[in-house]
Amino acid sequence: MKLHEYQAKDIFGKSGIPIPNGQLVTDVDQVTKVTQIISGAPWVVKAQVHAGGRGKGGGVRVVHYPYEVATATEDLLGKPLVTKQTGTDGVIVNQVLIEEGVEIEREFYLSMVIDRSSAMPAMIFSQAGGMEIEEVASKTPELILKEYIDPAVGWMPHQSRNLIYGIDPPLSLGSVKTLMSIMANLYRVFTTLDCSLVEINPLAITKDGKVIALDAKMTIDDNALFRQKELLHFDDPREKDPLELMAEKYSLNYIRLDGNVGAMVNGAGLAMATMDVIKMAGAEPANFLDVGGGASEDMITKGVEIILKDRRVKAILVNIFGGILRCDVLARGVLAAARKRMIRLPLIVRLKGTNVEEGREILRNSDLQFFVAKDLAEAAELVAKQVS
Amino acid sequence: MSILVDEKSRVVVQGITGREGTFHTKLMIEYGTAVAAGVTPGKGGKTVEDVPVFNTLKDAVDKEGVNVSCIFVPPPFAADAIIEAASAGLKVIVCITEGIPTLDMVKVASFLEDKDSVLIGPNCPGIISPGKTKVGIMPGPIHMQGEMAVISRSGTLTYEVVDQLTGAGLGQSTCIGIGGDPIIGTTFIDHLKWFKEDPETKGVILIGEIGGTAEEEAAEYIQKEFNKPVIAFIAGQTAPPGRRMGHAGAIISGGQGRAEDKINALKAGGITVCMNLGNLGQTALEVMGRS
Repeated sequence: MKLHEYQAKDIFGKSGIPIPNGQLVTDVDQVTKVTQIISGAPWVVKAQVHAGGRGKGGGVRVVHYPYEVATATEDLLGKPLVTKQTGTDGVIVNQVLIEEGVEIEREFYLSMVIDRSSAMPAMIFSQAGGMEIEEVASKTPELILKEYIDPAVGWMPHQSRNLIYGIDPPLSLGSVKTLMSIMANLYRVFTTLDCSLVEINPLAITKDGKVIALDAKMTIDDNALFRQKELLHFDDPREKDPLELMAEKYSLNYIRLDGNVGAMVNGAGLAMATMDVIKMAGAEPANFLDVGGGASEDMITKGVEIILKDRRVKAILVNIFGGILRCDVLARGVLAAARKRMIRLPLIVRLKGTNVEEGREILRNSDLQFFVAKDLAEAAELVAKQVS
Repeated sequence: MSILVDEKSRVVVQGITGREGTFHTKLMIEYGTAVAAGVTPGKGGKTVEDVPVFNTLKDAVDKEGVNVSCIFVPPPFAADAIIEAASAGLKVIVCITEGIPTLDMVKVASFLEDKDSVLIGPNCPGIISPGKTKVGIMPGPIHMQGEMAVISRSGTLTYEVVDQLTGAGLGQSTCIGIGGDPIIGTTFIDHLKWFKEDPETKGVILIGEIGGTAEEEAAEYIQKEFNKPVIAFIAGQTAPPGRRMGHAGAIISGGQGRAEDKINALKAGGITVCMNLGNLGQTALEVMGRS
């Protein structure tokens, strides 16, 4: 679950990680009051959307007069913001964060992730803050420092020193102390809230010597939400694709893509491989949809329902490997779904696994029009033919 | 031969009284697996499919001499179940459970570091040595005893591959689903090392997917140390970055984990990469010199 910047900063503020004074607004009428509470000039007006690349997309404005705060807010609220992560339609900005501007002396990068290879949390620090970390990693990898954390002992002060004493030119003693406490607090936030990512970029040192988190990204491990219930209210369904939201309610794994071939598959790996096969046959997948390794008739009906709601879909490929669940049962599920939803699109079905002959027989003998493919390659070709 | 599990494995099912646990206990017994005990706290003294149920794993080890565990415990309690199994000295622990918090797995991985237990999973279909035993949820009948090893991060995709192998007349020594989570107990390299020493295994199918760098690391190991043919397949060439594709671990993030990079690393290591899933059985036949 992704958090908005203002939500992550709210957590930071309560956890000993300094943040600028700021106020969230959802209506331009609130701006006048906010500019009276939040000191400026300048002010920073920041669109609150989950997508990255807000700065370059025009979602962050630095302004110098109260009336400009209002104009910038009005400019952003209720309108789509296009960034490199949103696609061409952009995402609607529903909330704007207005913050006091600070005078930046230096910018650092600080984050925590789970390092998969070592199976440990890692804290990553760079003195080259304020730009994309991927860019730093490719151009000046020596400027990225990493500390792995043994879960049995947690974050140790010497690890902060390992990260901080390499900074060139060195920091004042005061800044070193603040930075050390920020790192310890970041570790505490990361572990107590079951984060999978926390990123502060930039972490700034101001001209008056304060260390302050100017931006905040936070992602919570979905698998841990059962014990992080107090964070659930941070979930913002407006940020999600409506079809993905519907799939979530049905406990289906669905991700909307740009193509026109709807795909329904049981199992995530097989679903990805099926998308790849569609592409290789010269068509484009409209979605990733995993109805679960042990798909039931009911899950298949719901899957078909979601695919049909996507208007761009011109053909549907159902690829089911009947393992524990037999192909004849799955064929009946597809049939029931097709009947119920009155499918008018070409439906290509590829069944494999236990009782595959019985399954194919059921589809062949039905009064509905199916293309039954004998293998994956044929299925993909049939699909490509239907949409070309 | 085979690796890790065989006809001598005595299996304990942790979470045996749950819906999944009971269902798959029945299927494992049908396949021929020696399911010797089950554990569900508070249900000790009962039986499931004639298998005695104990309150603690320690009891199951003491009374039934079990040496392999299969875990169906729900996510909030799964880390405890894995550590309980390792503490009781079980040699092989298979965790089927999907949805364990990553930070719980960080603790588990750290605990297991100096133990002799081999953890397979979590979020996996398990392990099967065809004709001998199956510890997990994969459909038994698609398998055939033989010379190919299968190591995979996926479930149904593995069944698809196994089905193609069996259809092509290539049997399997042992098939392992290593799990779709970001942190798993054992990865490609661990199993490759064991398969290297297994005389029955003549070739390996490696099924990877987007996310992490386990395939790149495996490619490096294979190139340097592995002396049997390997055929790889990577799912997710069309997956968009930043999205979790079903499995918790299947995500391209921070410029890492792309299918393209994995395929390139494998090819650079001299490994045959099958680009189209539909052709995997055929490719395996060619590489094994059987076509």
